[in-house]
Amino acid sequence: MTTTDTRTAPAADRAKSGGVTGALSNYIDERTSISVAVKEFGRKIFPDHWSFMLGEVALYSFVVILLSGSFLTFFFQASMAEVEYSGSYVPLKGLEMSAAMASALDISFDIRGGLLMRQVHHWAALLFIASIGLHMLRIYFTGAFRKPRELNWVIGFVLFILAMAEGFTGYSLPDDLLSGNGLRIIDGMVKGIPVVGTWISYLLFGGEFPGTQIIGRLYTLHILLLPAIIVALIALHLVFVVVHKHTQYPGPGKTNENVIGYPVLPVYAAKAGGFFFIVFGVIAFMAAFFTINPIWNYGPYDPSPVSAGTQPDWYIGFADGALRLVPPHLEFVLWDHTFSWNIILPIAVLGLFIVTVMVYPFIEAWVTGDKREHHLLDRPRNAATRTAIGAAGVSFYAVLWAAASSDIIATHFKLAMEHVIHVLQFLLIVGPFIAFYVTKRICLALQKKDREIALHGYESGRIVRLPGGEFIEVHQQLDEYERWKLVSYNDYQPLMIRPGVDGKISSLQRVRASVSRWFFEDRIEPVSQTELDHSHGHGHAAVAGSPDQYQSVESGSGSAGGAPHAH
Amino acid sequence: MPTARNADARRIRRAASAKGRTARVKRGRRSPLATVALLAIGLMFTGGAYALFSASPSDNGAVAASQENVERGQKLFAANCATCHGLALEGTEAGPTLLGVGAASVDFQVGTGRMPLMNQSPQAPVKPVQFTEEDTQALADYVASLAPGPAIPSAEYLQADGDATHGAELFRINCAMCHNVAGAGGALTEGKYAPELHEVTPQHIYEAMLTGPQNMPVFNDANITPEDKRDIITSLVYMRENPSPGGFELGSLGPVAEGLFAWVFGIGALVALAVWLTARSN
Ligand code: HEC
Ligand code: HEC
Ligand code: HEM
Repeated sequence: MTTTDTRTAPAADRAKSGGVTGALSNYIDERTSISVAVKEFGRKIFPDHWSFMLGEVALYSFVVILLSGSFLTFFFQASMAEVEYSGSYVPLKGLEMSAAMASALDISFDIRGGLLMRQVHHWAALLFIASIGLHMLRIYFTGAFRKPRELNWVIGFVLFILAMAEGFTGYSLPDDLLSGNGLRIIDGMVKGIPVVGTWISYLLFGGEFPGTQIIGRLYTLHILLLPAIIVALIALHLVFVVVHKHTQYPGPGKTNENVIGYPVLPVYAAKAGGFFFIVFGVIAFMAAFFTINPIWNYGPYDPSPVSAGTQPDWYIGFADGALRLVPPHLEFVLWDHTFSWNIILPIAVLGLFIVTVMVYPFIEAWVTGDKREHHLLDRPRNAATRTAIGAAGVSFYAVLWAAASSDIIATHFKLAMEHVIHVLQFLLIVGPFIAFYVTKRICLALQKKDREIALHGYESGRIVRLPGGEFIEVHQQLDEYERWKLVSYNDYQPLMIRPGVDGKISSLQRVRASVSRWFFEDRIEPVSQTELDHSHGHGHAAVAGSPDQYQSVESGSGSAGGAPHAH
Repeated sequence: MPTARNADARRIRRAASAKGRTARVKRGRRSPLATVALLAIGLMFTGGAYALFSASPSDNGAVAASQENVERGQKLFAANCATCHGLALEGTEAGPTLLGVGAASVDFQVGTGRMPLMNQSPQAPVKPVQFTEEDTQALADYVASLAPGPAIPSAEYLQADGDATHGAELFRINCAMCHNVAGAGGALTEGKYAPELHEVTPQHIYEAMLTGPQNMPVFNDANITPEDKRDIITSLVYMRENPSPGGFELGSLGPVAEGLFAWVFGIGALVALAVWLTARSN
């Protein structure tokens, strides 16, 4: 269908040969020169690996959110005016509720396709944030955040936070019991901030909670402000991906200077386009068959009842969990102000955690003193300390997350609520240390194994008797391609303390050096060329040479047939 | 069944069930028309008997307990319950006194299989029911005969024909904090829990409110009137009989189940598809 290949033909002929589409694209191209951009972008290379598609899952589920959300805006009324529900859901008929709740119920029961759209929207939101989370883990554990991509990491992380805010504002809109309880918790947290908390709360809710304002305000945030910022940041994020070029996993022929993969056009674009429909399909399947957020069960918001099993959506769970795990009786009164440490503490800890993750690329660069550009990814095992830090962070987050469902854990595993909470409190502190230690040991062990294999090859399972009577096992040597993966990684040295310009060693320098030493301690040196040459010089090569010198015995797999066993 | 002859109104009604009648009729006659006619008569008779008895005061349970029934109850009690509750219902180390708990409490505790208690746990769990309906009734009559207490509710409140809107609202206000808005159950302290309410019969719902088993508060008639109780039952039955229009409910557990499902199924499927899509080229 493309006509651009007949470069010499005059424009009119081209249009004729391409039919209507050709004429149209030609018309547009002559006025916008868009084909230049298409060609340029189309030649971009995008490497192929499943973990590189996680960002795309996020992108596509966001598109689904935008589409289904637009549908919902046609029917949703963001108003807290009291109305009497007169729709078709019997157990709520005649009940006083806000217009927001009533319209959400109408969407669910009285507007064709409305319930499906609500469910598409909500499931897509859950998947959106989940895929962002996985995407972020991929970036972290492969070291894709290193120079020059630190800023893109920060942009991405801001997107993560904004996505959570987007989700939370959406969860609050229907004004059902569950969302009202969620807002009540936010209100409590805001009010727990010393001195300014109450002021902020009144400002936010336009008076005493719940007031008559909040839904309208959240609506503006949810459909206007937050999506606009998110769209702009996603665009920037993707521009950065194009500008920096995509990273790739180490492999034969893959260097810091090239990108090996498919050009965006046509292969990658076709695959990506197909993938969009796959993501859409999975979401549509979930929405068609699985209930999400049955607001008709929850009923309209009313400050007095709270349901058992009241939880936020999963992505806010970690914050809910922090509130559940904080020990009681931490508040005290000072100068007529109540200081609720049971709220201030979780806010502070979570804030610190979030900021640390956001600036992690800069911290690591400072510790390693590494100013090189990195376009080749690290295999997680080869950056043992980073991977271990990541595992510690994941376990910290996971414990908070589990804590948000402490009541459901208790009922479903027949445990006492108090025991669940105490175990989780313990794990919150100790878990990250265990995760750090275990992960680091695993990484180092894997490095050792790689080193062993690179030097001596795989165990082939073939036992050979040498003329002198000695038994050895034949090792299968790697081919060049496979070996490359195992040996081509950067080795770092801990930073040395260097005196500053004034000839003194500052205390900051000392801290930096000791952190750096900690970061790199117990590393396994990558295999050097000399070692490789050396190992290939002796023994094994001869074995591979002429097998009929030896009595060879196949062991294990049974393929040996009638070969004599020489044990 | 010697006791059936002397049974109270409730059990006569049960024995006169339409099913029993049709079975007898079918054996006697061959003509299909006659079968139909007799069936109609049988149904009319059953329905008439039902209407008669359900309106009769004897349905309050407390009144019509025959002496024979009470005696049978006493024997059953002595054999199965007295070790914990004492021969005169006075209570022991192992169980509370049952004086004044009423027929409703016994019918609930025995009818849901909670009693006789098996082993010590934070809360007496629902178990397979150990006694026939007749025996349960006998036990209830016996306990009620020694001291007055809440009676087994009359059938007019158990038809689930009240105001579901009002009932659902009352349920959210009075019950949801323990049982969850959708009746999916929830955790209490120290290993206790409010059970899910998807299976429990209207009669047991009513009795639970009336007697407040274990850690559940009592909702007496001044607190929640019989009509209100009927409305609550109506809303629970409505919820049970009308599954979610949105599809599978994932246990009605709310956002935790939804999040888990999104991660396990949604993300699981998408990652698997991504792996599949990129597998070829690597
Ligand atoms: C192993 C000891 C044990 C046996 C046997 C037992 N119970 Fe119980 N029962 C208990 C305990 C303990 C409680 C209190 C439960 C609680 O409140 O946690 C109880 C509570 C009750 C209650 C509720 C009392 C109230 O305050 O409403 C009733 C009714 C009851 N039992 C009836 C029976 C009957 C009828 C039997 C015989 C079929 C029986 N129990 C057998 C231990 C026992
Ligand atoms: C304080 C928490 C609490 C409240 C409030 C509460 N319940 Fe319960 N409910 C319980 C507990 C605990 C049990 C289990 C008692 C047992 O095992 O003996 C229970 C048991 C029940 C049962 C028996 C379930 C079964 O499977 O046999 C029903 C029915 C019931 N409740 C209905 C209600 C209704 C209706 C309301 C509101 C009017 C209500 N409950 C309010 C805690 C509560
Ligand atoms: C709205 C949410 C997001 C969307 C739609 C999104 C989308 C994408 C896409 C499509 C890519 C290219 C494909 C890939 O490598 O997966 C990408 C790359 C990248 N993303 Fe995101 N992302 C989001 C959030 C994040 C977050 C939370 C982070 C980290 C905190 C992040 C950091 C990065 C980085 C560093 C790259 C470059 C990766 C590389 O070149 O290897 N992104 N993003």
